[in-house]
Amino acid sequence: MNHGTALLWKRRALSSLSTTRRGLPKEKMSENGMMSRAKVLTIDTMNPTVKKVEYAVRGPIVQRAVELERELSEGMKKPFTEVIKANIGDAHAMGQQPITFFRQVLALCSYPELLSDSAFPEDAKSRACRILNSCGGNSMGSYSASQGIESVRQDVARYIERRDGGVPCDPDNIYLTTGASDGIVTMLKLLVCGEGAMRTGVMISIPQYPLYSAALAELGAVQINYYLNEGKCWSLDIDELQRALNEARLYCNPRALCIINPGNPTGQVQSRECIEDVIRFAAKERLFLMADEVYQDNVYAEGCQFHSFKKVLFEMGPEYSETVELASFHSSSKCYMGECGFRGGYMEIINMDDDVKAQLTKLLSVRLCPPVPGQALMDLVVNPPQPGEPSYERFIKERTATLSVLAEKAKLTEQVLNTVEGIRCNPVQGAMYSFPRLTIPEKALQEAKELGQQPDMFYCMKMLEETGICLVPGSGFGQKEGTYHFRMTILPPTDKLKILLNNVKEFHQRFTQQYS
Amino acid sequence: MSQQAVNGVPCRGKVLTVENMNPNVKRVEYAVRGPIVQRAVQIEKELREGVKKPFTEVIKANIGDAHAMGQKPITFFRQVLALCSYPELLEDNKFPEDAKKRARRILGACGGHSIGAYSASQGIECIRQDVAGYIQRRDGGIPSNPDNIYLSTGASDAIVTILKLLVCGEGRERTGVMISIPQYPLYSAALADLGAVQINYYLDEDNCWSLNVAELRRALNDARQRCRPRVLCIINPGNPTGQVQSRQCIEDVIRFAKEENLFLMADEVYQDNVYADGCKFHSFKKVLFEMGEEYSSTVEMASFHSTSKCYMGECGFRGGYMEVLNMDPDVKAQLTKLVSVRLCPPVPGQALLDLVVNPPQPDEPSYASFMKERTAVLAALAEKARLTEEIFNTVPGITCNPVQGAMYTFPRIALPQKAIDKAKVCRYTPCSTRNLTPTRKRRRVCVSPAGGRRSSRHVLLYEAAGGGGNLLGARQRLRSEGRHLPLQVSLTGRFKYLTEAFTRLKENVWFSKVFRNTDLKKKNVCIYIQLQKKKGNKNPSLA
Repeated sequence: MNHGTALLWKRRALSSLSTTRRGLPKEKMSENGMMSRAKVLTIDTMNPTVKKVEYAVRGPIVQRAVELERELSEGMKKPFTEVIKANIGDAHAMGQQPITFFRQVLALCSYPELLSDSAFPEDAKSRACRILNSCGGNSMGSYSASQGIESVRQDVARYIERRDGGVPCDPDNIYLTTGASDGIVTMLKLLVCGEGAMRTGVMISIPQYPLYSAALAELGAVQINYYLNEGKCWSLDIDELQRALNEARLYCNPRALCIINPGNPTGQVQSRECIEDVIRFAAKERLFLMADEVYQDNVYAEGCQFHSFKKVLFEMGPEYSETVELASFHSSSKCYMGECGFRGGYMEIINMDDDVKAQLTKLLSVRLCPPVPGQALMDLVVNPPQPGEPSYERFIKERTATLSVLAEKAKLTEQVLNTVEGIRCNPVQGAMYSFPRLTIPEKALQEAKELGQQPDMFYCMKMLEETGICLVPGSGFGQKEGTYHFRMTILPPTDKLKILLNNVKEFHQRFTQQYS
Repeated sequence: MSQQAVNGVPCRGKVLTVENMNPNVKRVEYAVRGPIVQRAVQIEKELREGVKKPFTEVIKANIGDAHAMGQKPITFFRQVLALCSYPELLEDNKFPEDAKKRARRILGACGGHSIGAYSASQGIECIRQDVAGYIQRRDGGIPSNPDNIYLSTGASDAIVTILKLLVCGEGRERTGVMISIPQYPLYSAALADLGAVQINYYLDEDNCWSLNVAELRRALNDARQRCRPRVLCIINPGNPTGQVQSRQCIEDVIRFAKEENLFLMADEVYQDNVYADGCKFHSFKKVLFEMGEEYSSTVEMASFHSTSKCYMGECGFRGGYMEVLNMDPDVKAQLTKLVSVRLCPPVPGQALLDLVVNPPQPDEPSYASFMKERTAVLAALAEKARLTEEIFNTVPGITCNPVQGAMYTFPRIALPQKAIDKAKVCRYTPCSTRNLTPTRKRRRVCVSPAGGRRSSRHVLLYEAAGGGGNLLGARQRLRSEGRHLPLQVSLTGRFKYLTEAFTRLKENVWFSKVFRNTDLKKKNVCIYIQLQKKKGNKNPSLA
């Protein structure tokens, strides 16, 4: 029996190698019956594309961090008293306070009886009424249109127009999403087709935010890496794009170019000129542009400014603005609000084929709608209190405070890390992360190799065990062969960040000493 | 260099067109939000703009959206959500203590005490514990492990995720998934998107849409010739058909799944929506465990629940969970990894779900008002279920089974011949063959343009009377595919044309299966025929 089963397994493994098997004999029929002792769903019989998915931001390091937290709470002795999760851009978890106005409106929307409560400011109430009026049955508990609540989409469109100095925006091109991730995966899904050398290829930066590689693996699309230039503050280089594209054309059909600006995990802010070059490149090479702009308010460095791809595209004239297909993404999770848990987001699509747009709308309808509280929050982000409204001053105060603290922490992180021998770090021009380069001693490389780990994974795991600091190894984002990095967020409160940076410094020195 | 040729479009064309987009996405259909709903939205707009209509209001009875239909949210739930959103309110003495207690507990489990922080990808741990406690109470003490609970973005998200795990293989090895017909079109849409093979089993309308194991077996055996069936999906209480499965029937299904080595997916989002006398909700998990170790330790299962239905109807929050049982630990690790890419389900939805599984208790201040609201909603639903059935059954040409549970009625309608003829003229041409790529490997083709609920006798699938043309379309499709395909044909009385068309079809195919050709006396009966290419009849167009 066992032997028979093993044979069947072998046969099955063999047959899974061939791609078509129309002519197979009927023996398969009996297989399910024979295999009744094994699981229906095993690692060998599950979706192979899912197995290829990797997502380091919530990978083994983070799982170990959660375990350590549990052990600490159970009273286990550790060389630290607290696990600090600097692995993910989760502002509130790091102590950032929500914007009062936003939460007031959300409370009003959740429990409209509060509309008669005089403790709430009038502008919060009027926002809540507007949102509730656009909900079925005046309740956030009803489904919205799959594309998102219409009045919210209108507000998003007006926000984009203001942001882009009057470049028009049509609410029909706005799709609300469940965080930006949802929008990005949906767009990638639309783009994937073909087999073999005809398979869709998608260009992503290295280092990248691993949502992209994960989504491409799952969709079975071809990932095309282009490298950011670490020596020039992680800037993007058109020659490198061209190199990556030309090489990829030999084995796939490159159709999309993804840009993250400001950069995640690398923190660079693209210059206007660079954006123009990218647009020209996309037009010339006929690539669908995907602009991940979720950190658009997170720009700290002097002389840096956020330029939206949409704005630059339209300023380049009709030759580009009427042809280049673009999807840009934004979210309620980052910037000054950091409301990750609500999963709010939107995308704007430009120059998309009408038939494809209809397909997109249909595809989204299967999932019914993005979470309505997230849509409501997105509405507040794009339509915050205005001068003259009672909540304006408090809003601006809170917003400015958050952004200036972030700017300060960006500078602090860069400064402290650059004092450590063996750590080199570019300025954090924007976004929420530092991605410093590490010198890892030869002995440590050896030991990591013996353990079958990436050297930076080995490094980060050791740091977690010794200091309780949870970072993500650079290998999870991709890096030039032979270079090692980690990503850390700049989000911990300033005093905690100082301690954290100091612990990183000490750890690195210890580590270097131990292995040299 | 080659990209122009590859994209297959001239230089000025779009990068992304309907011809070169993901072909699976094109196959996705979702009638619940299809053309009828789009038109409804348009009409609403027209009404607002003052266009005269024979009615003053559009009533959207297309979707189970309770609040949109005026159902009020449960006060306690919304109080806690307001407290979680704006914790300053915890100081407000207008809110009852139990609401504050729940809010503090939820906030205490959130990073930085904010529902604005990401949660663990599997969901907030204390909420998963509460879910496990709820399941345990519901199932009379059968243990539930919080590690087996995954919170999700509505039940849809979890269903698609599990299906995604299960899909593999190519050609005849491709995963097949058994779904009921009529079904909730999320299933067919997800299967199309994933490129899995849909295996239809038919519910028995004459027996109040009950499920028949013999029919399951028939569907399975037929399907084995073209795919590898690995999954059986059950919706109980039924959507769109409103039946509530008997305990006996659930046992039979579980035995069948074990015997045939199928992964069970139990969609139980309507578990509190049971109205008919003598009907009771039995969870698959409970029945599975009551059948003894032999089953409870082997049958792989995922069951789904949501905040969107039952008495709460909170669709907009997209709260839900699934419980997985007997899942291979390696696969479970893959599942956890997969859900981590999307970071986490919306936290307000998780909070809401926590309240649903952990509502006010008898000794708490909000208990009385909670029970009152809950009972009122469920009683009103039960009354409406009866009312709907009664009134529909007084209409000649409409017959309707009792709405034992869930939120829908799915009556059978007799369409007059003239209406059918008119429909033919208006639009329903057979399938849009242009969407078929010649390289397509999947052989199952649905000829129905009616989309969503593909029920044999309920939706006019397409007009076949006088429809030599239609069948001709099918034949052309058959040619391009070179394989058999099931063809759904509606017989609408004009046999003369049909016979003629069938004769023409026979030149190339033979009918291997004929289902549901009974009741031919009745109007609007459809039959389902599986067509196969005749052996040895090489089609020149394939060469």
